[in-house]
Amino acid sequence: MKENTTDVVIIEDKLELTLYISGMSQKSMEAIRNIKWLCDKHLKDAFELEIIDIYKNPKLALEQHIVFSPSLLKKLPLPKRTLVGTLSDTEKVLKSLGITTEK
Amino acid sequence: MPNNGMGTLLKTPTGISGLDEITNGGFPKGRPVLICGSAGCGKTLFAAQFLVKGITAYDEPGVFMSFEESPSDLTQNFESLGFDFEKLKAEKKLRIDHVRIERSEIEETGEYDLEGIFIRLNYAIDSIGAKRVVLDTIESIFSGMENMTLLRSEIRRLFTWLKEKGVTAIITGERGESSLTRQGLEEYVSDCVILLDFRVIEQIATRRLRIVKYRGSTHGTNEYPFLIDESGISVLPVTSLKLDYKSSTEIISTGLPALDKSFSTGGVYRASSILITGNAGTSKTILAAHFAMSSCKRKESTLFFSFEESPDQLVRNMATIGIDFEQAIQEKMLLIQASRPSLQGLELHLMVLNKLLEELKPRTVIIDPISSLITIGNTNEVRAMLVRLMDTLKKKQVNALFTSLTYDGQSEYNNSTVDAVSSLADTWIDLKNEERNYERVRSLLIVKSRGMAHSNNRHDFIITGKGIQFTTSNKK
Repeated sequence: MKENTTDVVIIEDKLELTLYISGMSQKSMEAIRNIKWLCDKHLKDAFELEIIDIYKNPKLALEQHIVFSPSLLKKLPLPKRTLVGTLSDTEKVLKSLGITTEK
Repeated sequence: MPNNGMGTLLKTPTGISGLDEITNGGFPKGRPVLICGSAGCGKTLFAAQFLVKGITAYDEPGVFMSFEESPSDLTQNFESLGFDFEKLKAEKKLRIDHVRIERSEIEETGEYDLEGIFIRLNYAIDSIGAKRVVLDTIESIFSGMENMTLLRSEIRRLFTWLKEKGVTAIITGERGESSLTRQGLEEYVSDCVILLDFRVIEQIATRRLRIVKYRGSTHGTNEYPFLIDESGISVLPVTSLKLDYKSSTEIISTGLPALDKSFSTGGVYRASSILITGNAGTSKTILAAHFAMSSCKRKESTLFFSFEESPDQLVRNMATIGIDFEQAIQEKMLLIQASRPSLQGLELHLMVLNKLLEELKPRTVIIDPISSLITIGNTNEVRAMLVRLMDTLKKKQVNALFTSLTYDGQSEYNNSTVDAVSSLADTWIDLKNEERNYERVRSLLIVKSRGMAHSNNRHDFIITGKGIQFTTSNKK
């Protein structure tokens, strides 16, 4: 992790994120809203976000070992992390994704 | 499908031998069942057997959702029990889903639910048309998580969902300190709760099972011993056998013509049980051997359980008094099974016996002496076991003979084994070896014999090169 003193972000690599949601549930919607806001605010273009509805892809839930919903998987950069829940704890989310912000 | 007689609650056979008897037909169909117990009590095996037997015996496909062991571990662990997970998987009868949660990779960032589990389960169930589901051990999902309240309500929802899905599910749970399971799952599974227990009493390990709760159904309320052996779990119901066996009117010989004459029928009924009591050295084993030989002569397979002598020694000793066990063994009419009573727990003895009964289908069984079994259990347990044993033998129409050692100074009417067996035995013969006029005299008395008149005299006898010979004439 690189310390940086500039305003917004910064991370070395592009973030590869997958958000697993279950249909149009309230928690799913909240998670989508939160991650989008967060990415727009802090990451600009330095991310790829895929949103997968496990209702439509149950096999993927199995293969990706999804237990909790919603679940945000950070595949890259390593280490892999799984963020479960609505992603409303912004500080925790940023920390877990390896995003450092400086005021 | 067995029904509990009232037609209200449908049951699913458990696949665990003996358990259907206790539960009057099995688990509640389409409902979750909680199996709880401490570590190493056999929960996972219990669950696995329920699934595997469900597939092989009742053609009900099953899903095994493992929260602890990996599929390869499970496959390996149950291979020795003849559960071929790989084959069942290939036949699309079984699905194993390993729910692996990497705690170190997980962060809780808000509210969540367990839809992942629901979807995976649903997918697995639908893909093979499963009727049975195992969740082993769902509680481990709690470890390392912060939001317990949320998880609890999700698990409650999962159980409701399973019910709606109509699958019969086993949920295993680790025994908690003050509750049946660590997370109090028993609050959510209200239909059927079974507790497994593993404890050591007087250095002998025993496994027990108890049905804590079974809504809408009658069930046995005792603690039932169960065994884990190479064919899985079997429960031995103590009292579920009924008094409904057929009674034979055929008469068989005791092996001693003179003794036969003491009974008005000229012998004892087939499939009756004979108890022989006496102090040490009163020829109980010899009388038993005569009975065994008469069975062999009728060309009926005979099983001799010896708890005191090795087969070799027994054969040698009997040969000196003209009882040819050797030949009977060679003709495969006789099998002597010797073991130290304390080597195994009571239940295991019974299990070995039951196994041999199944394999050899003997027509005559001798247990010499049944009193040694008392050294390995408390009176209640021994009594319960003897009742079960006698019932089993009766049910299978086997002639049974038990010897029981009584001690000097202890009246035969005041001995715990005799106490336990005498009321169950159909014929009771008491042997004595007492001093009369500076001479020791052996004698025999028929204390009782159900369904026939019998001699009330004490008959003296001697032991010769041809076995027991009566010296007093037999008056009828």
